[in-house]
Amino acid sequence: MAQEAIVNDFTLRVATVNGSGSQSSNLVLATAIFRLGIAVAPKNVFPSNIEGLPTWFDVRVTPQGYQCRSREIDVLVALNPATWQSDLASVRPGGVIVHESAYPMTTLRDDLTFYAVPFGELAKSHFDAGPLRKYLVNMVYVGVVAELLGIPIESIEAAVRGQFSKKPAAAEKNMVAVHVGVEYARANLRKHDPYRLEAVAGGTDGLMFMDGNRSAALGCVMAGCTVAAWYPITPSSSLCENFIALCDRYRVDPQTGKRKAAIVQAEDELAAIGMVFGATWAGARAMTSTSGPGISLMAEYVGFGYYAELPGVIFDVQRVGPSTGLPTRTMQGDVAFAYTLSHGDTKHIVLLPATVGEAYAFAMQAFDLADRFQTPVFVLSDLDLGMNPWMTPPLPYPERDFDRGKVLNAHDLAQLESWGRYRDVDGDAIPYRTLPGTDHPNAGYFTRGTGHDEAAHYSEDAATFARNLDRLVRKHDAARAAVPQPIVDEAGHAVGLIAYGTTHHAIVEARDRLNDAGIPTDYLRVCALPFAPEVQAFVERHERVYVVEQNRDGQLHTLLRSELATHAIERLRSIRHYNGVPIDARAIIDPLVDAERAAVTA
Amino acid sequence: MTATNVNIIGLTRDVYKGLPSTLCAGCGHNSITNHLIKALYEYGVQPHRLAKMSGIGCSSKTPAYFVDSAHGFNSLHGRMPSAATGAKLANRELLVLGISGDGDTASIGLGQFAHMIRRNIDCTYIVENNGCYGLTKGQFSATADVGSSSKGGKRNEYETIDICGVALELGATFVARSFSGDGKQLVPLLEAAFSHRGTAILDIVSPCVTFNDHEGSTKSYAHVKEHGFALHAPDFIAGSQEIVVDYEPGAAQDVEFEDGSHVILRKLDVEHDVTDRLGASRILHQTRERGELLTGLLYVDTKSRDFCEREAMPSAPLAHLGSSELRIGRDDWAALMAAGG
Ligand SMILES: Cc1ncc(C[n+]2csc(CCOP(=O)(O)OP(=O)(O)O)c2C)c(N)n1
Ligand code: SF4
Repeated sequence: MAQEAIVNDFTLRVATVNGSGSQSSNLVLATAIFRLGIAVAPKNVFPSNIEGLPTWFDVRVTPQGYQCRSREIDVLVALNPATWQSDLASVRPGGVIVHESAYPMTTLRDDLTFYAVPFGELAKSHFDAGPLRKYLVNMVYVGVVAELLGIPIESIEAAVRGQFSKKPAAAEKNMVAVHVGVEYARANLRKHDPYRLEAVAGGTDGLMFMDGNRSAALGCVMAGCTVAAWYPITPSSSLCENFIALCDRYRVDPQTGKRKAAIVQAEDELAAIGMVFGATWAGARAMTSTSGPGISLMAEYVGFGYYAELPGVIFDVQRVGPSTGLPTRTMQGDVAFAYTLSHGDTKHIVLLPATVGEAYAFAMQAFDLADRFQTPVFVLSDLDLGMNPWMTPPLPYPERDFDRGKVLNAHDLAQLESWGRYRDVDGDAIPYRTLPGTDHPNAGYFTRGTGHDEAAHYSEDAATFARNLDRLVRKHDAARAAVPQPIVDEAGHAVGLIAYGTTHHAIVEARDRLNDAGIPTDYLRVCALPFAPEVQAFVERHERVYVVEQNRDGQLHTLLRSELATHAIERLRSIRHYNGVPIDARAIIDPLVDAERAAVTA
Repeated sequence: MTATNVNIIGLTRDVYKGLPSTLCAGCGHNSITNHLIKALYEYGVQPHRLAKMSGIGCSSKTPAYFVDSAHGFNSLHGRMPSAATGAKLANRELLVLGISGDGDTASIGLGQFAHMIRRNIDCTYIVENNGCYGLTKGQFSATADVGSSSKGGKRNEYETIDICGVALELGATFVARSFSGDGKQLVPLLEAAFSHRGTAILDIVSPCVTFNDHEGSTKSYAHVKEHGFALHAPDFIAGSQEIVVDYEPGAAQDVEFEDGSHVILRKLDVEHDVTDRLGASRILHQTRERGELLTGLLYVDTKSRDFCEREAMPSAPLAHLGSSELRIGRDDWAALMAAGG
C-alpha cells in the first residue's frame, strides 16, 4: 500500500536512561533539523536523578512551527529497556519505532513500523571499551534517524561541530559514530514508513536556540544587576550559573582583574533574599533565582521588602509542587502564592514571560519596576521556559538607560528643608529614598519592618498605620499601567481565552484547531500582575472566557474572580493541566469543546 | 570650638547620639549603646558611611539609639547577617555594624551567623548576650548556661552555645568577649573591630534587668562581677596616632591592623597569644569549666582577607556603577548574538 508521505509534521521521541549522555545527541538532532529550515520544538522530560532513571526527549516538527508539546508520539527511538513496553504503547497507530534489536518482542503491535538496530553490538564492534562507548551509542541513533528521516549528513555534521566546538577531537569521534548509524541503516533497514523531513528554504533564518534561564541571565547583566545571591535548586540553577559565566566573561576589568559583580552562593534562600534586600537598600541592583521551595522560605523577607519598600528581583522558575513535588517537571503552580507572598496584606508585581525573548525583556524590566516602585518584583518563569531550548530571534540591545526610580542624592537633599522616607510627595504613592553612603546629614533613615510613619520613625499609631497600608495599595494599583500589558488577539468572537506564560504555546495550536472545528476564539495573554484594566474589558467583550493554566486549582482564574467585577467573573471558566509535562493543545481543545457544546445546548 | 569638643574628623559627640532609648532602665544593652557612641566618636566614623544593621529583639532595637543621622536597617529575627552581607557587597565603603541578640544569633540566626563568618564579610558583629529572650519576656536562650535558672526558678537543662567558641571553630578572624559594664575594655575592642577587615565577633554579656538578673542566672550583673576574668587591658591606637601607651616589653601584645591601627593588650594574669586560635579555644574551655567568664580579645588574624577581596571586587562601590560600566558592549553583544547567544 503506497502511503502518503508525512513531511515535517511529527513528533520524534528518544527514550533513554538518565546519565547516558543522550542530551548532546538529542540537541544535535534538534539542531540539525533546525538547520534545514524546519521549525522545531525540543522538550526534555527528565527525572530528578543523576543516573539511571528514565528520561525522554521530544523533538516536534510542524509546518506551522508550533512550539508546544504534542501528546502524540510518531517516531520513537527506544533505548531504555526499563521503559520499553510503556514507550512502545505510547506511540500512535501508524508510528515508527527504532529500537535496540535485543529487546523482547512479546507484545508486538501490528500498527507500527519497527526498525531493529543492534546498537549494543555496533558499539562493541566499533568503539573501544571504556566510558566513551555509552556516549557514542547515542550518536549511532542520530545516524540511523538521520538516514530514516532524510536529514543530510552535512546538516548533522554542522550540528555536531557546533555542539563540540571547543573539542574538535570529540567532534571527530562523534561523527564516526554517526556514520556507523547511517551505514547500518543504509545496508540493513528498508524505509517503509511515511515520515520524512524536507528542507524549508529560509524557514528558520534569523532564529537561534536559547533557553529562558540563559536569556533571563542576559537580562540581568543588561539591567545592571551587580549582586546575585542564590541557593541551587532545579530548575533555576542555570539562571545564576549563566549570570556567573556572563559576569566572568564581560564584567572583568582586563587591567585590574576585578569583576564588577558580587555573587554569593548563599546558605539557603532565607539568606539569599536577605542579601538581595541588603544590597538594594545600599543602592545596588540585586536578584535571586529560585523555585517553589525557595519561594516558601523567602516569604518572611519578601513581606519585609514590600512593607519597608525595598527593590529586589526574584526569579521563580516554577516546578511541580506541593512540597518537593516533581522537582524536574514543569508547572505554573506559584502564581497565587507569589502574588501575595508573606503574612499580612501584601501584593507584589509579578511578571509572566512566555518566551525566551520575554524572559530577557521582562528580566530587564523587572529591575526598572523594582526601582521605580521600590518593591520586590517576581519574574515567574517555569521549567519548560527556563530549561528547554527554544527558537528565538536574537535578543535586542537595550536602547534605554536604567530607571533607578526616586533616589535623592546629597545635592537634592541640600535643596530640601526636610524629607520623609515614606512621604507621598508627588501624589503617586511612591516616596523618595536615599542610599547609605550619601554625604548629607539628613540622608540617614531607619528601615524597619515594624510600624513606621512618613518620617520612617517607629509608630504604632492606628491612623498612621492604616494610611501607610492604603498608600501601598495605591502604589500597587499604579503599577497596573507600568507592568507589561496584556497581548490581545481579537476578532469579535463569543469565546475568549486567557492564558499566561508557557501555556501560550499550546493556546496557539489549540486556537488553530478550534477554528478549524468551528469554534473561533479571541485571546488575551496576561503578561503581569496586577491585572491591567484591559483584562476586565476583554472579559466583558466575551460571552465565555476560558482561563487556561498549568495548575490544579486554577490559580489565575481565582485571582481574576477575586479582582474583576461581578458581572465579568460570571463569564469565566477554568481549564487546567497539572501532570508535570508541558501542556499540549489537546488539554485545551478537549475540555473546551465539551464545555462549548454544553453551553450551546443550554 | 576647642579641639577637645570634637573628634578627629571634627564632629561633636552629639552627632553620635540617637533617639532616646525605649529599653528598660538599667538594661545592659543601653550601656553597650553608650560605649558604642564613645567608640564611634573616638574612632571618627563618618555617620554617612555607617550602616547600622540589626535583627529583632530588644538588642536589635538599639541602632535607633546612636548616630541618628546614619542609615539603619532593622531586619528580621535572625536575618541580620544576610542583610549586612548584601549592604557590604553593594557598597564596600560602608562601615557595617551588625547588632544582634543571643536569641537572634544563637537560635534562629545560627545559620546566617555561621555563614557570615565563613565568608568573612567585613562587619563588626555585636551580640548583646543576656542568656534570654528579652523582647518575648524572658524565655531561656541557647546561650544560657546549663544549670542556670530562670526568673521563675526553672533550671536550664541544655548545653550552652558559646558564641565565641562557635566563632573560633568556624574560623572567625576576630573573636572577642566583653561585658556591657566594662567600657574600659569594650571601647578599645570595638575600635579594634572597626579596624579589622573581616567579620569581627564581639560577644558582649549584657544583663537583662527585667528577666535575667536574679540569683541563679549566669548573665546577671552580680555573676559577671564575681566570675568575670579579663585577659588583658586593651588600648586602641588609631592609625594616625602615635603610640604613647606605656608598657613594659613582654608585658603586652601589640596587634597591628592593616589600616595601621594598633591594639595594645596589656597582659593581666594569664599568658595568651591572641594570634593562636587553638590557644584561644583552650583557654575558653578551661575558664568555662572553672565557672569563669573570660573576656578580652581572644583571637585575631591580622592578615584576614575579607569576601570582597577574595571575590576580586572593584574598590568602588558596585552601587555606583552605571549602565556603561555594567552592560555588555554593543560589539560584544552583536558577536554574542551572532554566535547563538
Ligand atoms: C520569625 C520570628 N519568630 C519569633 C519572633 C519573636 N521574637 C522577637 S524577639 C525574640 C527573641 C529575642 O531575643 P534576643 O535575640 O536574645 O534579644 P533580646 O530581646 O534578649 O535582646 C523573639 C523570639 C519574631 N520576631 N520573628
Ligand atoms: S526586657 Fe531585658 S533585654 Fe529587654 S530592654 Fe528590658 S532589660 Fe533589656
